Amino acid sequence: MTQKESISTSPPSKPAGQPATPRNGSQLFCERLRAEGVDLLFGYPGGVVLPLFDALYQSPLKFILSRHEQGATHMADAYARVSGKVGTVLVTSGPGATNTVTGLATAHMDSTPLVVFTGQVKTFLIGNDAFQEADTTGITRPITKYNYIVKDVKDLARTIHEAYHIARTGRPGPVVVDLPLDVSVAEAPPVRETIEMDLPGYRPRAEGHFRQIHRAAEAINAAERPVVYAGGGVILANASEQLNQLVQKANLPITTTLLGLGCFDEGDSKSLGMLGMHGTAYANFAVQECDLLIAVGARFDDRITGDVKRFAPQARIIHIDIDPASISKSVKVNIPVVGDARLILTELVKLVERRERPDWFARIEDWKRKYPLTYDHSGDGIRPQQVIAEISRQTGGRAIITTGVGQHQMWTAQFYQFSRPRHFVTSGGLGTMGFGFPAAIGAQIARPDATVIDIDGDSSFSMTLNELPTAVEYELPVKVCILNNGYMGMVRQWQELFYGKRYSKSYLKHPSFARVAEAFGATGYTVTQKSEVPGVIEAMLAQTKCCVVDFHVAPEENVWPMVATGKGLHEMAGLPTESVERL
Amino acid sequence: MPQNRKHTLSALVQNQAGVLAHVAGMFAARGYNIDSLAVGRTEDPDLSRMTIVVRGDEDTLEQVRKQLGKIIPVVKVYDWTEQDLVQRDLMLVKVSATPERRPEIQSLIEMFQGKVVDIGPKFVMVEVTGPEAKIEAFLETCRPYGIKDVARTGIIAMPRHPRTIQTNGKE
Repeated sequence: MTQKESISTSPPSKPAGQPATPRNGSQLFCERLRAEGVDLLFGYPGGVVLPLFDALYQSPLKFILSRHEQGATHMADAYARVSGKVGTVLVTSGPGATNTVTGLATAHMDSTPLVVFTGQVKTFLIGNDAFQEADTTGITRPITKYNYIVKDVKDLARTIHEAYHIARTGRPGPVVVDLPLDVSVAEAPPVRETIEMDLPGYRPRAEGHFRQIHRAAEAINAAERPVVYAGGGVILANASEQLNQLVQKANLPITTTLLGLGCFDEGDSKSLGMLGMHGTAYANFAVQECDLLIAVGARFDDRITGDVKRFAPQARIIHIDIDPASISKSVKVNIPVVGDARLILTELVKLVERRERPDWFARIEDWKRKYPLTYDHSGDGIRPQQVIAEISRQTGGRAIITTGVGQHQMWTAQFYQFSRPRHFVTSGGLGTMGFGFPAAIGAQIARPDATVIDIDGDSSFSMTLNELPTAVEYELPVKVCILNNGYMGMVRQWQELFYGKRYSKSYLKHPSFARVAEAFGATGYTVTQKSEVPGVIEAMLAQTKCCVVDFHVAPEENVWPMVATGKGLHEMAGLPTESVERL
Repeated sequence: MPQNRKHTLSALVQNQAGVLAHVAGMFAARGYNIDSLAVGRTEDPDLSRMTIVVRGDEDTLEQVRKQLGKIIPVVKVYDWTEQDLVQRDLMLVKVSATPERRPEIQSLIEMFQGKVVDIGPKFVMVEVTGPEAKIEAFLETCRPYGIKDVARTGIIAMPRHPRTIQTNGKE
C-alpha cells in the first residue's frame, strides 16, 4: 500500500555517492532542495533559521530577500504560477511564520504549489511559550494542503521529498514544513539511494475514467447550445492547448473564470471573456441559456454562479476536475470526470465531432452586439478602463499582468485582452489586497525577459509598497500602474449601491506615489491628463528599471455589468442599454 | 432518504501527530455536526481507526466523505450507514445509591448486563456497553436515582460480514 517513488539522491553538481564530510540538517536541506529542482528561494532570515541561512551562504541556491514575509510568500506564489514550478519560501519562527499566513491562504484558495519552510524553536522548547514560538502547524493546518513538523533529522530528506510531491501533484497547493533549530544543526544521516515516501492516503487520480469521458463526448456531440466554462485548473494542468483543440474541433463557445483568463485566446471569436459577477453579459446569458455546460478545472465559486439555485437552469453539466471534493460541492453535476485536465481533454478531443450550431452562435453574436463591454469615454478625466485598454493595446496582450484586489482587478479582467496562459496572476479565491506588487516581483524573477505589469489600486498598492526596495535591489524592471481614485474603489461602489452612498472609511489620503517610488530608487510618474496616457505607457514600457505610474483616474467610476449578491447570473445591472434580457 | 440522519463513518488514518486535529478542524471549519468521534489503534501499528458519527443529508455526507478522503494522512474512508453493523459504546456512570437502594439498582444493572466497577457510601459506579440505544435506556432508567457523572467512549463500529452466520442472535 505504501507509495514508493524514487528520485535521484545525488546533488546535481556532485557525482553520485555520499559527501566525504559529515553534514548537518541545514546542509542536507540545501542539498535536498537542489535535488527537487529548486534553484531559488524567497524569504527573510531570523534567529532559529540562522543555521539554514549559513548553509545557504555556501550553497549555489539563489535567495530573494523580501522586506516582509507576506511579500516573500506572494512572490513565490507568482513565481510558481508564471513558471509552472513549485515556489519555495524560507522564513523564521513565530512572527516570520505568522506573516506567511495570508500568503499561504491565498495560495491555498488558488491551488498554487508552494513549499514554505518555517523555523521553529528547539524541539524541547516547543509548547513552552519560548521566544518567537508559534504553533505554526496548528495555525496553518486549515490553509495548507498539508503541513509537517520535522522532529528528527532522519525524517528531513523524506519530508522534503513528500512536501514537494504533495505541493505539485493532484490539485496543487501550499505545504508548510516546520524546522526546529536542533534539527537543522543535528548531524544528518546519509541519504539512501532512493527516498521512500510514506503517503498511503495520497493517491491523486490522473487518468480520467474511460466511460465518463465517453459520456462527456456523447453529451457534447448531442448539444444544441453548449458552453465551455474553463477555470484556473486548465492552466495548472498545462492543458490550454488541449482545451483549444476541443473548442476548435467541436466548435464551442467558451467563457473563463478570473483565474482561467489566458487559458484561451480572447481574440478568438469563440471567446466570451469572463463570466460571473462582473463577467460579460454575453458569457452570463450564454451560461443561463445553454443546454450543456462543460466545466473544466473550475469550482462553481459563488462569484461565478450568482444565485446558485438559478444557475444554468437548462443545462446538463460536465465537470472535469482533479479534485473529487470539487464535484457537486455547490452545483450538482451530471457527468463528473475526475482526473488531470490535460489527459482527459486529450482523450475527449479524439471523440468529439464538429457541429455548426448556427442558431446558437447567432444568438451569442447578437448579445455581443447589444451588450458589449464598454465605458463612458466623455470628459477630460482619465477613465481607469482607458488605461487598461491602452496597456493591452501597446503590449499586444502579451505582457504578464498582476493585480491587487477590487475594481482595478475586475477592469483588468474585462479590458486587458489575454491571449496566453500563465500571463495573468491575481488573487481570485481569497481576494488578497496587496497581492499585485509582490506578485509582479515574483513573476519578473520567473521570467526576466518578460514585460511584467502590476495593474494595481491605490489602496492595494499601499498595503505592500514596502517591497519597492526589493524590486530596486534585484534590478527588476517591474512596472506598477496605479489606478488611483483615492478610494477603496470596490468598497465605495458597494457603499454607493447598497449603503446609501455613506462612504464609511473607504477614502484614503495618499502620499505622492511617484515621489515614494523615487525615494526608494525607482522611477515615478504622475499622470493627470487623459491625453498623456498613451505616451506615458510607452515611456513606462521602455523603462529598464522598476517604475511606478500613478494615474489619477475618475474617482467614482463603477464596475459594470454587475450581478448583485443573490441575483441570478442573467440579472445584470449596468448593461449598456439598461434593458434586461428575459430568459 | 430521510434528512439529517445519522451516518457512521470509519476512517483509517496514519498514526501521526496532528491527524486528529486535522480531522476535527476540518469538521469545525466546514460546519459539519459530529455526534461522536472515537479514535484507537488497529492491528497495524502505523494505522489508527476513527469512528465518526455525523448527521446530515446525503449531499452533505458526500462532501464529508470527500473532504475526509482529501486529508493526506487519511488512508481510507468507509460509510457504514447502510450496512449491518455491530456498534458499541462503553459508558462509565456513577449512580447515587445509598446502601438500602443498592439491591434495586443491582437488579437494573443485571437487566442491562452491566457491571459494578466501584462502590462508595453514596454511589455505585457502573460499566455498561452496547449499542447507543441500550446505553441511553440505561441512563434513563437510572435517572430517578440521580446520576452523578457520566463518561462515554463514543461509538465504535464494525460491519458484519454479509455471509457470516450469526450464532448469537442478540445485538
